[in-house]
Amino acid sequence: MIRIDITKNLHGSQGDMQLLVNTVVKQKEFIVLMGESGSGKTTLLRILAGLAEARGTIEVDETIWLSNDKILPPQQREIGFVFQDYALFDNMSVEENLLFVNEDITLAKELLGMTELTALAQRNVKALSGGQKQRVSLCRAMMQKPKLLLMDEPLSSLDPTMRRKLQEEIKQLHERFGTTTIMVSHDVREVYALADRVWKMEQGKVVQNGTIDEVLSSQHNGHKVEVLKLQNQKATVCIAGEFLEVEVSESVKVGEYIGVVLNPQTHH
Amino acid sequence: MDFTPFWLSFKLASVTTLILFIIALPLAWWLSQTTSKSKPFFEALTALPIVLPPSVLGFYLLVVLSPNSALGMFVENLFGVKLVFSFTGLVIASCFYSLPFMVQPLQSGFEALNTHMIEASYLAGKSKLQTVLKVALPNIKPSLITALIITFAHTVGEFGVVLMVGGSIPGETKVASVAIYEMVEVMEYENAHSYSAIMVAMSFFVLLAVYVFNHKQKTKIGLV
Repeated sequence: MIRIDITKNLHGSQGDMQLLVNTVVKQKEFIVLMGESGSGKTTLLRILAGLAEARGTIEVDETIWLSNDKILPPQQREIGFVFQDYALFDNMSVEENLLFVNEDITLAKELLGMTELTALAQRNVKALSGGQKQRVSLCRAMMQKPKLLLMDEPLSSLDPTMRRKLQEEIKQLHERFGTTTIMVSHDVREVYALADRVWKMEQGKVVQNGTIDEVLSSQHNGHKVEVLKLQNQKATVCIAGEFLEVEVSESVKVGEYIGVVLNPQTHH
Repeated sequence: MDFTPFWLSFKLASVTTLILFIIALPLAWWLSQTTSKSKPFFEALTALPIVLPPSVLGFYLLVVLSPNSALGMFVENLFGVKLVFSFTGLVIASCFYSLPFMVQPLQSGFEALNTHMIEASYLAGKSKLQTVLKVALPNIKPSLITALIITFAHTVGEFGVVLMVGGSIPGETKVASVAIYEMVEVMEYENAHSYSAIMVAMSFFVLLAVYVFNHKQKTKIGLV
């Protein structure tokens, strides 16, 4: 169980605002953090990792990470962090990147196997593709056997095919290790595939905290979306950058704006 | 031809480079990471030997290190070591004189590193020292090589400060640049030519080595 009750003054692109987060993350939960850029998502992850300062308390399984008189340094937090830009150690091979964190060769081999990187273990990370680098970054974060895995838009710089593949691997790793995870994402499919719960941030505050359907439905239901294509009474619409097919009545025409009710089936 | 002055120059440059690397590494790392308001002050202080006339630096070092000064007296009484007109004095003077040539390339290299890479090392449980030695330094090889070689070459080419602090004691403080100066004074032009030609050739090849190495490194990481 992770208890978060923090506050920090931010000077963001939208002017001054206060980051104010008071919530709880359950053991093994997978949280997806959504929100516009500048809403404080990355800052929240950095505070949790100990890479940015804040006031308040963070308590993880009876251990105090942050309080008024104590700040546990990042080295002692047992955090796995996956950066958007991979942040791999360029002077090391794939396997060395993993073993730098923890010399458990058995775990390294298992992680490399799960992410289909075994054949690339001895290769220098500079020679890898973007998708391969992000898988190494993910494996490196898991080598920590983290109490909390934080991922800051880990898939956003990858092409759609690679995104789906990594999304599947993240899911497998979460099922295998049961690591409590907070991941920043804007992709509706990712949210549906991975999240137990969604936090939506606005102006430094978690304004919605609920199941995927609760958050996404209230976000989009009631809003009208344009019908881009029609085929066999199925309309293609675009929601949050994702193309989705929804069933419509016969009278609907291309270019018309319709209301959409979201449910999990809409996205599968 | 007497090669002792060259041997002394190389000995001085090697010892200075080693000591400066140990001193400059934490300083360059701190300057690259700090957000302190005092950073410009320390940067200006570090860069001072580049703009100061060697005679000014030499004069103040003479004042501070002389046996009449508190520091000079203390060291001579405690260790029996003279800090001026001795090889030890030359090393101390060279460390001041060449400090910016070690600090600045290292600082630039550290500043150009991906901050997330450094943070990833901290999150992996590694201390600052482990991060600098195992992650930061190996990822700034061109800057590291530049710092080491330019510091070495600059110390070999030192003249003004060396002459003021060390004088010209054969086998002790008479380095190659001072030897050339003396040969010219007594009109031994042939010897001065030989010594000078060796210095020119050596300096050129040192610089060539740095540029070739850095070009290869940039080609390797696809910048060229």
